[in-house]
Amino acid sequence: MNFYGTRIPMMTSLIFWLLIWEIVGRLEVMFLIPPITSIVAAGFELVQTGSWQSASMITLRSFVYGMALAIIVGVPLGVLMGRVKVIDNIFGLWVNMFVSAPLSALVPILMILFGMGETTVVVTVFLFAVWIIVLDARAGVMQVPTSLVEMGRSYGASRWTIFSKIILFSALPEILAGIRIGLIRGVKGVVIGQILVSIIGYGELFELYSRSFDMERFWALTMLLFAAAMLLSAGVEHFEKRIEYYAGAR
Amino acid sequence: MANSALARSGSVKSATSNDAVVQVRDICKNYGDVEALRGINLEFERGKLTTLLGPSGCGKTTLLKIIAGLVPATSGEIRVNGRVVTGPGPERAFVFQDFALMPWATVLRNVGFGLELKGVPAAERDRTARRYIEQVGLAGFEQKYPHELSGGMRQRVGIARAFAVNADVLLLDEPFSAVDEQNRRKFQEDLLRLVDLEKKTFIFVTHSIEEAVYVSDRIILLSPRPGRVSQIIDPMIDRSASPDDIRRDAGYLDVVEEIWQGLRQYAE
Repeated sequence: MNFYGTRIPMMTSLIFWLLIWEIVGRLEVMFLIPPITSIVAAGFELVQTGSWQSASMITLRSFVYGMALAIIVGVPLGVLMGRVKVIDNIFGLWVNMFVSAPLSALVPILMILFGMGETTVVVTVFLFAVWIIVLDARAGVMQVPTSLVEMGRSYGASRWTIFSKIILFSALPEILAGIRIGLIRGVKGVVIGQILVSIIGYGELFELYSRSFDMERFWALTMLLFAAAMLLSAGVEHFEKRIEYYAGAR
Repeated sequence: MANSALARSGSVKSATSNDAVVQVRDICKNYGDVEALRGINLEFERGKLTTLLGPSGCGKTTLLKIIAGLVPATSGEIRVNGRVVTGPGPERAFVFQDFALMPWATVLRNVGFGLELKGVPAAERDRTARRYIEQVGLAGFEQKYPHELSGGMRQRVGIARAFAVNADVLLLDEPFSAVDEQNRRKFQEDLLRLVDLEKKTFIFVTHSIEEAVYVSDRIILLSPRPGRVSQIIDPMIDRSASPDDIRRDAGYLDVVEEIWQGLRQYAE
C-alpha cells in the first residue's frame, strides 16, 4: 500500500482503527465500547476459564458434525445434479431457493423440531453450509470438458472409471471452493444457532455477557470467533491453492 | 520432380481393395432435422494417411467420431478389420483437437493413461509411455504437468498417448489447429516421420489445404450441408525431397490449387 509515495505496512489500517477504538474506550463515551487493551486482557483471561473451554468444545463439536453432514450430503447431491437431469430438475429449484433464503428465520422452527439443544445447532450449521456446496459441486461437474470424457471413452474407460478418474478430479477445484464457502457459512450457522437456542456453547456465553453488560468479555469472545473463522478460511484456501495449481491451466 | 508429383484424381469411387482396415458403408447422420452426413462410402488403407478435408459444416469431425465409435451413426455401418463398430475399441486411438489432457496428471501419466485404462501394470505402462514420450521429442518432460507445456508440446503428449496403446488406426481430429504456425510445420514433418515409423493407418481431419496435401497419401474432399464425398485425390508427393523443397514443388502447388478450386464455391 502506498500513500503519497511512502510505503505503508499492511497492518496500518487495522492499527489505526484499534487506536481510535482505544481512545474512544478511554474517554468512556459509551459503555458498549471499552478500551481495546482491556478487551485483550479479558480475552486472555477468558480462554483460561472452564466455561469458555467447554463452550468452545460444544461449539466445535456442533460445527464439525454439521459440516461433515453438509459435505457428505452436499457433494454427492451436487455431483448427481450435475450428471443426472432428472435429479437436477427435482432439486434445482429448492437448492437455489435455500442458498439465498434467510435461514436464521428457520431456526425457531428447528428448535420445535429438534429441541433446545445441540441437535438444532448441528442442523443449523448443516442448513447454512450445504446449499453452496451442492451448487459448486454441480457447477464443477457440469464444466468438465466434453473432450476429456470422450478421451476416457475412446481409450476404453467404463462409465464408473470415467466418473471416478476424470469427472471427479476435473470438478475438484469447484468442489473445494464450495466447501470453503460452506465452512464460512457454517461458522455463521453455529453462532446464530447457538445464540437463538441461547442455552448452549457460545450462545450461552454471549447471552450471559450481554445481559450482565460485561462488554470486555463480549468483545473478546466476538474477536476470538472472527479470528477462528478467518484462520479456518485461510487454511482451506491454502489447500485449495495447491489444487488450483494444476487446475489453473485447464 | 515436378512430374513425379502428378496428382491422380477421380470421382467418388466404390472399388474395394483387400487392404482396407476401415470400411465406411452408407453412413448417414442426422442431428434432429439437420442432415450432417449423407451416404458416405469410404475405405481407408493400411499404412496410409488419409485426410478428410472440407469447409466447416461438412461433417468431417462427425465422420471421424463415428469411426471412433464416440458418436452413433443414424444409419450405415463402420467396419474395422472386418468387425462392425458399436463403440470405441482398442484397435482405434483418438487424438483430440483440444488435446484432452488431464490437467492434474503428469505427462507420464497422461501418456500412459490409455494403458492404465487397459489394466497394464505400472512398470510396463511407464516403460512404454517413456518410449513414446521420447519419440515425440518430449524426453525430460515426463514429470511436468500439461499447463507447464506449450500448446505444441501438449499435442505431442496427446499423440504419444495415442501411439502408446498400439492401436491399428489413429484418428486425428484437427490435431494442429490449436498450434502456432511454426510449430505446425515442424509437427507435420514429425507426423510424416511417425507415419513412416509406425506403419499404422492414419485418418486425419483438417481444414487446411496445404496441410492436407503435405501430409496425405489420399485426400477425401467433403462438401457441406449435407456432408457428402465430393472428390478423392491422391497427391502422390515425393517425400524423399526435403520439406522445404516439397512446399515449393510445382506438383504440390498444383494439387493445392486443384483442391482450392473444388472448395472455393463453399467459401463465403
